[in-house]
Amino acid sequence: MSDIQSKIAALVGGTDVVLFMKGTPLFPQCGFSSSAIQILERLGVDYETVDVLADPEVRTGIKAFSDWPTVPQLYVKGEFVGGSDIMMEMFQSGELETMVTEKGVARAA
Amino acid sequence: MAMLATDIEAAIRASLPDAVVTITDLAGDGDHYAARVVSAAFAGLSRVRQHQLIYNALGDRMGGILHALQLTTAAPSQEIPA
Repeated sequence: MSDIQSKIAALVGGTDVVLFMKGTPLFPQCGFSSSAIQILERLGVDYETVDVLADPEVRTGIKAFSDWPTVPQLYVKGEFVGGSDIMMEMFQSGELETMVTEKGVARAA
Repeated sequence: MAMLATDIEAAIRASLPDAVVTITDLAGDGDHYAARVVSAAFAGLSRVRQHQLIYNALGDRMGGILHALQLTTAAPSQEIPA
């Protein structure tokens, strides 16, 4: 595994909920990243974000890591869940809520 | 950079010949599309795997000449909201 893939694996494995996005939660740089943040806020879980625009290696590496060509990307308990379209579908159907409950994800205080 | 809706549909159909593809140009700029794709190839696959089939069909164009593609996928037996 290359250095960048190891680094991404560590990021993904280190926190229950990790969102790779463009920009930051306060200043998302893309509409899809913005809607992903809104979903996580509505879900009320603790989450970390990684700004891919701040690190070109991560921006390229994350696409290979999950075989997924776009950002945002959501990881829960180390598992790739999907991009913003899948997040929205799963949020609306209640599957995202079920998943974070079943996986015992920490809720935001 | 932009891509024609008909080119997107053709690329998807080249990989998934049975696919029923509905493309909407969200912003009218040829750069932000929504696609609904129904194909028997999706049966039994997770959403991630379904979307990966579409991304593979589009190859380098995704994230390149095609900036944004909102995707909804389903097998013919599954209902997807309009």
